[in-house]
Amino acid sequence: MSGLTSALSAKAVHAWLGNAEVLHAISLQFPRGRWTSLVGPNGAGKSTLLKVLAGLLPHTGVVTLLGQPLLQIPAKRRAQQLSWLGQNEASADDLTAYDVTMLGRLPHQPWLAPPSAGDMAAVERALRSTQAWDWRDRALGQLSGGERQRVLLARALAVEAEVLLMDEPLANLDPPHQTDWLLMVKGLVAGGKTVISVLHEISFALQADELVVMDKGGVTHQGKTSDTATHQALVDVFDLRIAIHRVQDQWVALPIANASELDSAALQNSF
Amino acid sequence: MSLPASHHQRKAIVLVGVLMLASALMLLLGMTVGSTGFESVMNMQQNPQAMQIVWDIRLPRTAGAWLAGALLGLAGAVAQGLFRNPLADPYLLGSASGASLGVACAMVLFGVSPLATHWVARLGLTGAAFLGAVAAVLLTLLLAKGVQHTLRLLLAGVVVGVVLGATTSLILLFSPDLIQAMQSFMLGSTAFVGWNACVVMLAVFAACLLAAWLMSHVLDGLALGEATAQSLGLRLPQMRAALVALLALATGTAVAQTGLIAFVGLAAPHLVRSVVKTTHGRLSVLSSLMGAVLLMAADILARWLIAPQELPVGVLTAVLGGGYLLWLMHRHTGHGAGL
Repeated sequence: MSGLTSALSAKAVHAWLGNAEVLHAISLQFPRGRWTSLVGPNGAGKSTLLKVLAGLLPHTGVVTLLGQPLLQIPAKRRAQQLSWLGQNEASADDLTAYDVTMLGRLPHQPWLAPPSAGDMAAVERALRSTQAWDWRDRALGQLSGGERQRVLLARALAVEAEVLLMDEPLANLDPPHQTDWLLMVKGLVAGGKTVISVLHEISFALQADELVVMDKGGVTHQGKTSDTATHQALVDVFDLRIAIHRVQDQWVALPIANASELDSAALQNSF
Repeated sequence: MSLPASHHQRKAIVLVGVLMLASALMLLLGMTVGSTGFESVMNMQQNPQAMQIVWDIRLPRTAGAWLAGALLGLAGAVAQGLFRNPLADPYLLGSASGASLGVACAMVLFGVSPLATHWVARLGLTGAAFLGAVAAVLLTLLLAKGVQHTLRLLLAGVVVGVVLGATTSLILLFSPDLIQAMQSFMLGSTAFVGWNACVVMLAVFAACLLAAWLMSHVLDGLALGEATAQSLGLRLPQMRAALVALLALATGTAVAQTGLIAFVGLAAPHLVRSVVKTTHGRLSVLSSLMGAVLLMAADILARWLIAPQELPVGVLTAVLGGGYLLWLMHRHTGHGAGL
């Protein structure tokens, strides 16, 4: 690993939504060139943490991006280095898929400059990688939820940033495109990029290099996805209602299907 | 490399062409319609009075309708982009009620009495309307504590609109002789637009269109949501303040010259979007042209429908614009989606 070991780090980060403190003293390091997934129950503060890491929410404490304090990096440079994909953001119904994806190139374009050949190539690469190139000419309002998500994903990819933050990127995607997303992320990481994603699909999260388990605005565990301790932290945070299994060289999370199993799991844990 | 979004680009260019052509044709048509009819144009060469009717009355008011419509169309496109709401219109921040109050105050202070007309002419009801519109927007900003919270801004705009509207009504209640003059302002009219007003509107329109074009990628970014726009490195606080200023200036100028013309600002961007999906840079140009053509057409209709009398143009835009909006609504619900 090169001189910088962490792409993003947080030190004693607190954040508020309204008057409620939703992140309590979070300290984390996200290794460079790796894929880290944030998991945890609803309301654990995953999306909030992702926004703080992207510099989109006021917070106390220090967030460092590629070795520099985030808030000291000029907005445009930060936007070149870090790309963020939100969930349930407004969708630009009246813009075409191509125009939306081109917005991902804004951080790289001088003020008012028309898109360069490089920008167009990046947009085409991004749209092709999410299989959205064929309907580049259609307005977002005319696309299905999954198709729209693929365009928004392409928008985030078009930034071609060093660090990519994605909040629920699998929302609305059908199984084949979920698999495509997985392969794409693995490709990005193999190419040296850093990916941090919030995922509710635990089996997908288990494909990452590292897991950060969150609960009630704090981090309960950070570790490799293959570690038994990480699996235990996952089972604990989800109230013992899931079990981690090894199937064909992959870790998968399955729901505990019958009540008696649930009771015995609870019993075992209490000893 | 062929341009990938060429389909919509072509449509946009065609639409610009069509709207320009319509503008030119209607400018000519506008010269021929009026209480003295086509005759004035025929006799223009021989008769100085006919010449005056065409050059100093019909032409400036037709051009003025174009310019005021363009200002409103531009303001509508900016308002809908800025508030990310297809129902946003240029009067949203209280400018309409502010302008009305300004006019009502000016009429009370300087009177509609013959003695004072000199004063009124000098200060200008238009000046009062403009000041009122800008003051109302400032008041809205003050109540909303800035431009950062869109919803708070909208609510403050509604509150300012209601309170200033009530104040205007109160003033009129105590000076019933003003009601008729006030009514014509509220309905909107292009009848009093002269060349001076055209020059003012042209200058403001050029400046606002340029500014809107310079900030168009901010509106594009905002269409993806505030957080995404911010993550793209856009300086939202400054840009939003500048866009609100643009909105106030464009709307204030149009209202000052032509009164409260309804629906043009709301309908123009919708009409454009129903034809072509494009980014805000092109949308602001297209929406300006669309607003211009709409108001110019309404102005000509207003003069022609019951000639030699004329209808207040605001009544026509309200009826036509309202009808269009209803149609749009039903077409959308027909497809199972909201407006």
